[in-house]
Amino acid sequence: MAKEKFNTIVSQCVPLVEENIDTDQIIPARYLKATTRQGFGDFLFRDWRFSPDSKPVKGFILNNPAYSGTVLVAGRNFGCGSSREHAAWAIHDYGFRVVVSSFFADIFRNNALNNGILPVQVSQRFLDVLLQTAMADPDTKVTVDLGKQTISIPSKGLSESFAINGYKKECLMEGYDDIDYLVNLRDEITEAETLWAGK
Amino acid sequence: MKKTLFDKIWDAHVVKKIDDGPNVLYIDRMYIHEVTSPQAFAGLAARGLDVFRPLQVTATADHNTPTVNQHLPVRDEQSRSQLETLAANCRKNNIQHFGLGNEYNGIVHVIGPELGFTQPGMTIVCGDSHTSTHGALGCIAFGVGTSEVEMVLASQCILQPKPKSMRITVEGALQKNVSAKDIILYIISKLGTDGGTGYFVEFAGSAIRNLSVEGRMTLCNMSIEMGARGGMIAPDQKTFDYLKGRINAPSGDEFCIAVEKWKRLVTDDGATFDMEYSFNGEEIPVMITYGTNPGMAMPVSASIPSAEKSDDSPNESFVKALNYMGLKPGEKLLGKKIDYVFLGSCTNGRIEDLRVFAGYVKGKKKAPGVTAWIVPGSKLVEKQAHEEGLVRILKDAGFEFRQPGCSACLAMNDDKVPEGKYCLSTSNRNFEGRQGPGSRTFLAGPLLAAAAAVTGEISNPAE
Repeated sequence: MAKEKFNTIVSQCVPLVEENIDTDQIIPARYLKATTRQGFGDFLFRDWRFSPDSKPVKGFILNNPAYSGTVLVAGRNFGCGSSREHAAWAIHDYGFRVVVSSFFADIFRNNALNNGILPVQVSQRFLDVLLQTAMADPDTKVTVDLGKQTISIPSKGLSESFAINGYKKECLMEGYDDIDYLVNLRDEITEAETLWAGK
Repeated sequence: MKKTLFDKIWDAHVVKKIDDGPNVLYIDRMYIHEVTSPQAFAGLAARGLDVFRPLQVTATADHNTPTVNQHLPVRDEQSRSQLETLAANCRKNNIQHFGLGNEYNGIVHVIGPELGFTQPGMTIVCGDSHTSTHGALGCIAFGVGTSEVEMVLASQCILQPKPKSMRITVEGALQKNVSAKDIILYIISKLGTDGGTGYFVEFAGSAIRNLSVEGRMTLCNMSIEMGARGGMIAPDQKTFDYLKGRINAPSGDEFCIAVEKWKRLVTDDGATFDMEYSFNGEEIPVMITYGTNPGMAMPVSASIPSAEKSDDSPNESFVKALNYMGLKPGEKLLGKKIDYVFLGSCTNGRIEDLRVFAGYVKGKKKAPGVTAWIVPGSKLVEKQAHEEGLVRILKDAGFEFRQPGCSACLAMNDDKVPEGKYCLSTSNRNFEGRQGPGSRTFLAGPLLAAAAAVTGEISNPAE
């Protein structure tokens, strides 16, 4: 099945300075009870965003109308902890397409890529500048060019390249789907099973 | 060429290498549970695909299940819907399912090994980060997301870049009262919660070999808490003895043949790792966490470090964590009042953990102000605890013995720690709100849990 294609993004960003943001913060376990993929955006950062009686928490960045855009910027080791893909679904459903950090947890990185979210790993210096700039000016824009594998802050004249494997890059840009790819390999997989069974 | 244990197993499961991309890795067994599988089945159905190898998939209900009155319908509507969806998906696709009430039901990472599904040399995945537990038996086991669960349902394969390799060696005799939980909390406190990210870890050394298979599971279980994809330990006679006679383990001549194969699953002398660490087992104390990630751990009798001294956590996050916990730098935890005690989870919900807990509380009484949840990891653990007389000991000491499930580890069911309350927990994560909104968690091993349950405060059984 064809997926949404990822193009160059120019957007404001939402800065979250915290480090080690775990997937329990991205979406608490009690909101994992649905059996579909939709609607998780309402629960993104639920316990930071809303009080126990469901009132928006003043001061939390997602509740600040000055901040918007499709790029989330977060402190190092973003997405650690649980493997719940609901974290990626919540981020996507809320409207983000890029997460920028100086370090990502492994499972979250895969989950993001599998849901059309680009994890952009930058240097700590670039991250610090981006966080500070965006905190000071909500209109700060970033440009993320997947084709060239670059991220830049035009107002600062700062640019950096990021890594992604060629296969995943093509999948994102062309909207290719891993399951289609694997199902087409079923014969090859069966051959491998037969070969290994004889060992 | 000299190879690591990890390389031997990984390389034997690569169907294909994609240029400038991941490997197509064959998965011998996938475990599924009710929370991270429904969307994968729905995706498969939307494509009109069947499950490719249903006999290599095993299901259990654990995350949402109540730990009392399991014979009654599950009250929470959404939880019930997830459990029913799993049952229906398994029926439709011919997948073996140990649902609520089944004699083999339990936490996925407890039942996999105890039913003999998990065996040395295998590749294993599950939509749960603590899948790393199974590595204790000498296999490559790691947690995956739901899209990857769907990949395995569709093809019995997963697209995965090969992780880098790390070996952590712990030599020497452990001090009295120091358990596998203390070893792993100690290691995470030294390497940090991202110290293992990008790596697959092999644990080695005499302190590791001397652990029981259950203790090894506790250790590998928490390798994800330092960011590692998984942890593993080379199988040895203890592993073979553990597996012998288990329901799905090979039997008779087949078992002997399997053991001969499994004996080859060791890292060759001279094989190299991308990263190596070693620790002295004699220096490892009884540990406890004080913050909101498992790396914020210290010896139980120590004082909470000041932000400046903590090189693991940056100041801002460190201060935020202590504020959340209601603690101050320099404060000692010994004597800290505890409201809740949780013994259980895929980390410490096995028979050995219950033995330690029961051994300590025998002849003592539960502290009046403490709510204690004693939750076996599986129906088989529950049964064995009855047979060994542990349940009698617990009841005599004033404890309620509950029914199996993930329970207060992640509080998806009713076992929630209220806001602001302190829980000494044998589980694996002390994240903000993990055990219920506003809950405050101290992670430790079963012995400290028992001591806290009896004294009502954090106490060191050695003192």
